[in-house]
Amino acid sequence: MAHSYTPGLRMASQTVVRKRRILPIPGQVLVHEGQAVTATTVIAQTELPGKVHAVNVVNLLGIVPQEIRHYMLKREGDAVQAGEPLAENRPVIKWLKTQVPSPITGTIETVSEVTGQVFLREPPRPLALTAYLDGHVVETFPGQGATVETACSLVQGIFGIGGEAVGTIAVAVGSPEDELTPEQITDAHRGTILVGGSLIGRDGFARAKQAGVAAIVVGGIHDLDLKLLLGRDLGVAITGTEQVGLTLIITEGFGRIAMARRTFDLLVSKVGQRASCSGETQIRAGVIRPEVIVPLTPPPIPPPRRGEGEGGGAEEGVSVVIGGGLKVGDQIRIIREPYFGRICRVSALPTDLRLLPTGSKARVLEAELDDGQHIIIPRTNVELLEA
Amino acid sequence: MQVSAKDAIDVTTQWTQMKAILATDCGSTTTKAILIEKVGEEYRQTFRGESPTTVEAPFDDVTRGVLNAIQEVEELSGRKILDGEKILTPAEGGRGVDIYVSTSSAGGGLQMMVAGVVMAMTAESAQRCALGAGAIVMDVLASNDGRAAHEKIERIRVLRPDMILLSGGTDGGTISHVVELAEYIRAADPKPRLGGSFKLPVIFAGNKDARGRIQDILGDRTALVMADNIRPVLERENLAPARHKIHDLFLEHVMAQAPGYGVLMGWTGAPIMPTPAAVGLIMENAARAQGLNLLGVDIGGATTDVFSVVDGQFTRTVSANLGMSYSISNVLAEAGIEKIERWLADPLAEQEMRNRIKNKMIRPTTIPQTQADLALEQAVAREALRLALDQHKALAVGLKGVQMERTIADAFEQEEGGKSLIDLYRIDLIIGSGGILSHAPHRVQAMMMMIDAYQPLGLTQFAVDSIFMMPHLGVLSEVNERAATEVFLKDCLVPLGSCLAADGRAKRGEPCFAYAIRFADGRLAQGALRFGEILRIDLPPGAEADLQAEPSKGFDLGAGKGKAVKLQAKGGVVGLILDARGRPLYLAEEESERVAQLRAWAKAVDLYPTEEG
Repeated sequence: MAHSYTPGLRMASQTVVRKRRILPIPGQVLVHEGQAVTATTVIAQTELPGKVHAVNVVNLLGIVPQEIRHYMLKREGDAVQAGEPLAENRPVIKWLKTQVPSPITGTIETVSEVTGQVFLREPPRPLALTAYLDGHVVETFPGQGATVETACSLVQGIFGIGGEAVGTIAVAVGSPEDELTPEQITDAHRGTILVGGSLIGRDGFARAKQAGVAAIVVGGIHDLDLKLLLGRDLGVAITGTEQVGLTLIITEGFGRIAMARRTFDLLVSKVGQRASCSGETQIRAGVIRPEVIVPLTPPPIPPPRRGEGEGGGAEEGVSVVIGGGLKVGDQIRIIREPYFGRICRVSALPTDLRLLPTGSKARVLEAELDDGQHIIIPRTNVELLEA
Repeated sequence: MQVSAKDAIDVTTQWTQMKAILATDCGSTTTKAILIEKVGEEYRQTFRGESPTTVEAPFDDVTRGVLNAIQEVEELSGRKILDGEKILTPAEGGRGVDIYVSTSSAGGGLQMMVAGVVMAMTAESAQRCALGAGAIVMDVLASNDGRAAHEKIERIRVLRPDMILLSGGTDGGTISHVVELAEYIRAADPKPRLGGSFKLPVIFAGNKDARGRIQDILGDRTALVMADNIRPVLERENLAPARHKIHDLFLEHVMAQAPGYGVLMGWTGAPIMPTPAAVGLIMENAARAQGLNLLGVDIGGATTDVFSVVDGQFTRTVSANLGMSYSISNVLAEAGIEKIERWLADPLAEQEMRNRIKNKMIRPTTIPQTQADLALEQAVAREALRLALDQHKALAVGLKGVQMERTIADAFEQEEGGKSLIDLYRIDLIIGSGGILSHAPHRVQAMMMMIDAYQPLGLTQFAVDSIFMMPHLGVLSEVNERAATEVFLKDCLVPLGSCLAADGRAKRGEPCFAYAIRFADGRLAQGALRFGEILRIDLPPGAEADLQAEPSKGFDLGAGKGKAVKLQAKGGVVGLILDARGRPLYLAEEESERVAQLRAWAKAVDLYPTEEG
């Protein structure tokens, strides 16, 4: 039989993460293999081509396209300043002269004798790519970027918004069941990756933003609050570019859901340590989950160079781990009503299809809750909690 | 190469002698394999297997998932199909298969950008052409689309399509506008989505007089291919040549770049097709074979495809962000919470509803375990189906910009070009596909989702795709149409039954229509429905009944207001639904009244049976 599998979110107190950091277009790589880097080290840079603007010169001068070159003051490849004339007509009466000014500062790329358009390009914009992690460069890709590796603790969230952030870990609540309220957030949390419990509301988020918190990691958020934060209803879970003032990572789901105890305890044990995080999420083929990466201290010995025995078992930036299937005794999280958010252990894995209250038949598992109650759950409605 | 008549006969004989056929569909998450075998004198789908698709890291090879799915078919059927990683052909004594075919939508399917001079004319034709070829259209560019030149260029640059279809101008007409579009494409210098170092394929299917100029502008920067003009004259669309070029380029450029497809292409006995193109093909063939006007929908996790074949004219649209898992939250965003809430007989608080929908989005593989959760998903599905049909209606239209000759009589009935082809009175059959419809716990739920969303008029048949094998059958129909059609009718489609619905409004409780049903065994059932009522009558699959109905004077059953109809109703697993709830469907504004309405309807059709029926 083909594998039946249960994707789970990764949570590890000690692992090795590798991140492939690649420029969007070719450029220059500034680091070498084996080099120690911090999250903010620029490892590669490039220049993004400027925007293209089109000016229909023939319409503005009242000429035909075939004549355009006759009226041009500039040629392809010439640099121009905003407002500088690109072309002009030559009327008999001089004060009737019309000039076509350049709308931008840049260079002339093309002059078309068919449509009479002139294409101008803005100057390129520099782009610097940072390492994102405190760690070591283990591989470089000439002209493209590098792979950075770090020995770390790793927590993956289920959903996030906002991009990459770096800060020290701080915890503002006493337990994973607590809501992160505005009163618990202080100015001392500026620049931190702040860990909450079961929920953050709109007021808590506003306070965090005001205090200059770098990122929030919390169990859940109400969708109505997310809508308010973003100013729109989020349609598809492809995020990471939002500009909402800070990065938000939710570990469990939408609604008030206590953060998994093991996740909470791991983050609490890292208070005061520097970490990297990202809210980028893509729930489609090629799944990307938000994450918190806390490099281990003291920093481990630099890894051997490539070819000297590569470290096996490193995470290649893969966000979801595919388990080999469920076993009796595995700890699981239920991810759908009516037991949404509960954590329990698998007590049996019946092979036959069972009838659900909806009338559907599905493969199920039996689980035991903390209070000893035995329940039946469709196998597809659980996540394996991996150590 | 020319094929002689003898060769053609040999090929036909070869195909008709096929004993076993293997087909796969490589979807973005699952690869599904089916085995079709000749049972007696007819082809039947016998076994199926599935496995996660392996086109992405850490596997990066689509053939792994294909082999796993085939292995499952082997295990279930006991038929040896694989020799290591080789498919055994031909079939001999219970081993191997005669042909292997496949479709693919893995890695995001075929993503295109189209451009035309006038938005409502050549750009719209280009959009229909790309959609018909199975593509997702990322953007439609036109000279008059309201965007400034730099915005168009920036858009072309930012999107990384698999290919661009450029059209514009009738043959012999002006070339400057389409050349201008080519200049924008050159200025943007777009890169293909896959295989960054390759040139982006561009198909030029516009004014043939512009070819020289287009070649000068795009020839060195792109992989430029010329095709016949999709709109050679305003009055005619000619989509087939450009559509074929899209398929060729899909194989040469897109598929060849995707991990493992080079090997997979070597295994198949016919070219790999984009999944939606194959679904469209089987629907088109079925409509033609049975002389039906047909509407089909495939509602997936991320996208919803709608197909129609009306008077032989095929149209496909894809609503790229309407779906039941990845895109479920976008249905909420587009429809609004009130539109979803209106279908719930047990209302939920807005916050709870929103959180549940978002949780489905972030955990797309979960299934409803409670009745309330199921009802919420089916409410969202009604809205997704409705929105996708609205988008389809906007594109399934007659040609715009065409001068029509009018008679004096027409002067009283002014109709603009671009009238929608989807006249619900004329749709004979509606086919539903996709998990929410094919796997609804009770078939009546699938039928009611479609009736509520589409609000058919007159008499309409309904069916669902049993296990989503339309893609397999579409690609198979290219090599063995008989096998594909037989399996489509016998194993693929589950007939749900028929629905007779009246157009019109009245006060609740006023007479809507009277009916008399004569069953094949001579039994007679008759009665009358009042406005706001719905009735389900048992009429099993394969059965037919004579149906006579007489509407009240404000209602129309297809023959005109107040005019009686005599029809032949076909049965199905649900039976015959008589719908007097009005069109547009009337749902009370006031919540308690609406809830009472929904509960009465659910009871009338036995929407949530207490025991497995």
